[in-house]
Amino acid sequence: MNKWQPGASLNTLHRRAVMLSSIREFFKQRSVLEVEVPVLGRSTVTDLNINSIATSSEGAQGYLQTSPEYFMKRLLASGSGDIYSMGKAFRDGEIGVKHNPEFTMLEWYRCGWDDHQLMSEVAELMKLLLAGEDGTTCDVIKMSYADCFFDSLGFDPHSADLRDLQLLAAKLASDSWLDETRANCLDLIFSIQIETQLPLGVAIIYDFPECQAALAQMGQNSVGQTISRRFEAFLNGVEIANGYLELIDANEQALRFERDTEARKCLDRPTLGVDQNLLAALNSGIPACAGVAIGLDRLLMGILGVDSIDQALAFSWLRC
Amino acid sequence: MANYSTNEFRSGLKVMLDGDPCSILENEFVKPGKGQAFSRVKLRNLKTSRVLEKTFKSGESLEGADVMDQDMQYLYTDGDFWYFMEPDTFEQHQATENAVGDALQWLSEQDVCMVTLYNGSPLSVMPPNHVEIEIIETDPGLRGDTAQGGSKPAKLVTGAVVKVPLFLDQGDVIKVDTRTGEYQGRVK
Repeated sequence: MNKWQPGASLNTLHRRAVMLSSIREFFKQRSVLEVEVPVLGRSTVTDLNINSIATSSEGAQGYLQTSPEYFMKRLLASGSGDIYSMGKAFRDGEIGVKHNPEFTMLEWYRCGWDDHQLMSEVAELMKLLLAGEDGTTCDVIKMSYADCFFDSLGFDPHSADLRDLQLLAAKLASDSWLDETRANCLDLIFSIQIETQLPLGVAIIYDFPECQAALAQMGQNSVGQTISRRFEAFLNGVEIANGYLELIDANEQALRFERDTEARKCLDRPTLGVDQNLLAALNSGIPACAGVAIGLDRLLMGILGVDSIDQALAFSWLRC
Repeated sequence: MANYSTNEFRSGLKVMLDGDPCSILENEFVKPGKGQAFSRVKLRNLKTSRVLEKTFKSGESLEGADVMDQDMQYLYTDGDFWYFMEPDTFEQHQATENAVGDALQWLSEQDVCMVTLYNGSPLSVMPPNHVEIEIIETDPGLRGDTAQGGSKPAKLVTGAVVKVPLFLDQGDVIKVDTRTGEYQGRVK
């Protein structure tokens, strides 16, 4: 590998440009407004498993944003209506065949929509971007998180006993999972046993476990279990999108920030001041909405049929 | 030995797993968007040669294994052990039959082999890629038949049996690729 050269071929750069312009056209036709929000912010997310890259300007602490979410919600609270953003996001330490610490994220919000309406729009965008020259496109399937577990493993993830999940995770991975949390055990089992068996094309998985709600509203599934109104999309078994029926309750949001901070303390991870501007925006009122983010570098990997994110980027971190 | 964390796992790194020395073959970083990161690691158990797949949480660590590869000259066997010598220090090491393993059938005295030492003792032996060995047993050679086509088994003085062309005879010395067990040519 010649490090000075780009990882993406010239054809890939061309396909990338086509993808970006197709996305802009898609949203233009649907009257969704493109917005640019800061990449450098004074606060950042509290998510336990998302690490921000810290920096500073004239001594003032700053962070490279891990997603445009908080800024976009402040726009929604200001009456922007439907908006999308295409820009860079950064996550510390995420380096691998399918990870680059700097990546391109498409995120959009639909006011008055629920998660299922937004899933349909995600499917339409995927079909458009993955269409071949002959007009054929990818298959899209949609199934609940619980059904994935039933089909692959024969048990219900929502009612499963934590001990049983830990034992299964330990069997699949190593004994260090015997004392893991419910959320981490489910993630591991999903990654190893389910993700790898997802069909080619797009799979949209919805009704995530209550313990993995992140910023989604809670709800009930068809059999009355509490679930989070969160979904993810996978392209050829690779996670590419994460969406929510958005949490709009400021008190609940403040509570989740607190819980994240407590969990960070327990694990000796740096604790971060919560974004007071986001809480103020939610307090002032934000329209009911659904939002989703898609990793465009991974989407391009799927469009091109390449295995490594290095091949989808002009210069991945390996070459910077 | 030092401990190595998952982000230091590289192909070729030697670590201890469940009491056995292993060599890391591959390390894939996996992370669900909102979830905890982990590493899916392929390792070869250096005692059994078996390939294992293990999943570690990011930040978990394994103890390094005191394993090193060293070129050594094969000296002789007394039937119980096989003796190897470090060419620089003349230090001798005795390897068990288990450690010598499949290399046994290729070993001639003076050959330079790669010996993997674990805690200072031979764990495995890799014969040279190419060896030259005399045939001690084969069907009589068909003189003049140097064209291709047809082969026969030949037993070598070291014990290996390889397929050789029909014209070769007992007493001929041949060159063999030990990785494939294939005949490479006759040595004049």
